[in-house]
Amino acid sequence: MKARVIVTLKNGVLDPQGKAIEGALGGLGFGDVGSVRQGKVFDVELTGSDEAAAKAELEQMCEKLLANTVIENYAIEIA
Amino acid sequence: MKTAVIVFPGSNRDRDMFHALELISGTRPESVWHTEATLPDVDLVVVPGGFSYGDYLRSGAIAARSPILKDLVAKANSGVSVLGVCNGFQILTEAGLLPGALMRNAGLTFVCREVMMETVNTATRFSKKFEKGQVWRCPVAHHDGNYFADAETLKQVEDNGQVVFRYANGTNPNGSINDIAGVMNAKGNVLGMMPHPENLVEPLHGGLDGRTLFESVLDAA
Repeated sequence: MKARVIVTLKNGVLDPQGKAIEGALGGLGFGDVGSVRQGKVFDVELTGSDEAAAKAELEQMCEKLLANTVIENYAIEIA
Repeated sequence: MKTAVIVFPGSNRDRDMFHALELISGTRPESVWHTEATLPDVDLVVVPGGFSYGDYLRSGAIAARSPILKDLVAKANSGVSVLGVCNGFQILTEAGLLPGALMRNAGLTFVCREVMMETVNTATRFSKKFEKGQVWRCPVAHHDGNYFADAETLKQVEDNGQVVFRYANGTNPNGSINDIAGVMNAKGNVLGMMPHPENLVEPLHGGLDGRTLFESVLDAA
């Protein structure tokens, strides 16, 4: 089973890297960029076949390692 | 005073810390590899600076899940002094031993220079030998030192006097919220700071400003 975990910064957390990318896009002439926030994507391959169990396990992975919940949110997608 | 320094793959300020601890305590610190299950019986455990695991995932994130951390958390909960410097600070926040998180520097660049620090709380085991409001020099060298905590956490940290050091005289090098350079847990036995006091402890370093912190925490009285 393939899963995708998307980790993004919480609202209100300053993202200097996103800001820099935003500025660079503006510099390239993309005039209608309102804002950019940078995040992370993890593609995780799981050996089990129980989708509910996989989702619960992925949630634990996010809580314990993949995301720092002080500053980040996460979303889990199972393909 | 017995001390130990935890070493991770990618630690690079561990020897500097060793030197400072030995110089000021007069006793050789124990070196503990991160895969060990237990720490020796010591009064102070230091998590040194460096780039553990190459800062993969988030600075300090992988090291904070090392086997030795379980005992470090247990020791911290039992009241043993724990000091995290630079990457050590990042590891302690990632491990949940300190509030907040350390993010990419606001200016996006790696900062390696000297800053000024103000000791804003002297009623702690880490700062008792400073004068209140004392401003001192300290080197920094980091890319992810931008301290962040949400509004509620920040209020708690400020109200409880957990902020021990602030960047002074406009020298905040990384955009840290409220100029926070060093912060303790609520119990007051765990301190994390981005600057490197271990790199200013003898004349050849160009100054002795960092000594006061070690003289404070290594003083049994």
